[in-house]
Amino acid sequence: MAIADIRQRPGVVLAAAILLHVVLISAQVNTASGFPILQVVTFGGFAELQRATMATIDGVGGLWSGYVALRQVQEENAALKHELQTLQVRLQEERAEAQRTDNLRQLLELRQRADLDTVAAEVIAGAASPDFRTVTIDKGSTEDLSTDMAVISPAGVVGRVILPSRRASKVQLLIDRNAAAGALIERTRVQGVVIGAGDGPLRMQYVPNTADVKTGDLVVTSGIDGIYPKGFVIGTVERAERGGGAYYDISVRPAVDFTRLEEVLVVKTPPVSRVIPEEKQ
Amino acid sequence: MKGAVAAIAILVALAAQTTLSNVLSRGGTSIDLVLIVVVYIAIKSGAVTGLLAGTVAGLIQDSLSSGVLGIGGLAKTIVGFLAGVLGTQFIVTAPLPRFLLLALGTVLHAAIFMGLYTLLNLRQFSVAYPQIAAQALGNAFVGVIGFQLIEWFPGFVDRRRAGRFLKR
Repeated sequence: MAIADIRQRPGVVLAAAILLHVVLISAQVNTASGFPILQVVTFGGFAELQRATMATIDGVGGLWSGYVALRQVQEENAALKHELQTLQVRLQEERAEAQRTDNLRQLLELRQRADLDTVAAEVIAGAASPDFRTVTIDKGSTEDLSTDMAVISPAGVVGRVILPSRRASKVQLLIDRNAAAGALIERTRVQGVVIGAGDGPLRMQYVPNTADVKTGDLVVTSGIDGIYPKGFVIGTVERAERGGGAYYDISVRPAVDFTRLEEVLVVKTPPVSRVIPEEKQ
Repeated sequence: MKGAVAAIAILVALAAQTTLSNVLSRGGTSIDLVLIVVVYIAIKSGAVTGLLAGTVAGLIQDSLSSGVLGIGGLAKTIVGFLAGVLGTQFIVTAPLPRFLLLALGTVLHAAIFMGLYTLLNLRQFSVAYPQIAAQALGNAFVGVIGFQLIEWFPGFVDRRRAGRFLKR
């Protein structure tokens, strides 16, 4: 009866829903500390669903290709063709294995080169909303991951952990509109801030017009933001124009291909700029 | 029963959105499968169900994203409500009206979403009209094809069953 009544009054339901959202948004905008519990619980639960979905997709894919391959073998009824197909599959598997080994070797080399305490993680899902650039990785608080840990790949800086749950973490990519990193031009050591633009190139801000910046200059992390370790590659200067104000208008092409992220390293060692103030206290 | 089907549809759309994000995103434009599902539920079940579906789907999507909880929810609630109202006031069974409804819904969603973020000074958006237009067209195209497939499939199964029965 009550539900039927509500259905007759869509305006009232709409007003209630809008009010609920406004209260929800207001509560968050004014609060600077912590995460909403709903966000943590939903993310933790959904990470399991994402894991299950990925496993199902992989399983169905394997079953489908296996079935199709078997049917082809029966229909062709030729031993040579069967052998050829088996070899082709094996070749592809070995290529995939070699590619994966190469990726892992690069990660291992990076881990040794960087001399940082890191955890290797696999990307298991992308962003839930097209308006944000995040990925989900398969490591969480059980691996001692926490917020603001830097995430890197052999190509360069990927982003930072923004929400760890027990067995997964949400990583904000550097190309997200809310992402930023302290950066410097490697050749001239001029400092600035690199910010995400949602997609495509990054923007580097607060570089004075008087500085020496050229197209092709390498942009690396400066380490002053307390998140990213110093000296990791962000990208290369794609375009540098002197704007009307006091600063350059710089476009940076990211070194990382964010559409092909598979394995990453999460840096557990905090950068020096974060350690020193904590030690002083 | 209807509510359970709607909830499953939203969950499937969310799972597909997260696992197929690389496929759904091209050149700065992404298909929003969750929005498409909300519009479909609204067209089929009316304004109240549409807005409730929008609220639930938007809030889950917000909590899985790095943004403010409620902004995407509010945008999807309003789109779900208006799609439901239009679905009951006009005949939206043909592909063209559905295409227009999905495209307008996407534009409205983007306007509310970006407008609120800008109004609250939480994010800065550069002028992104081409991306919004591309997303509107993409959502509309994928949505119309999806809607047609969903509605065609039960009839197709029935026809096949009837065909087999007649052969006997």
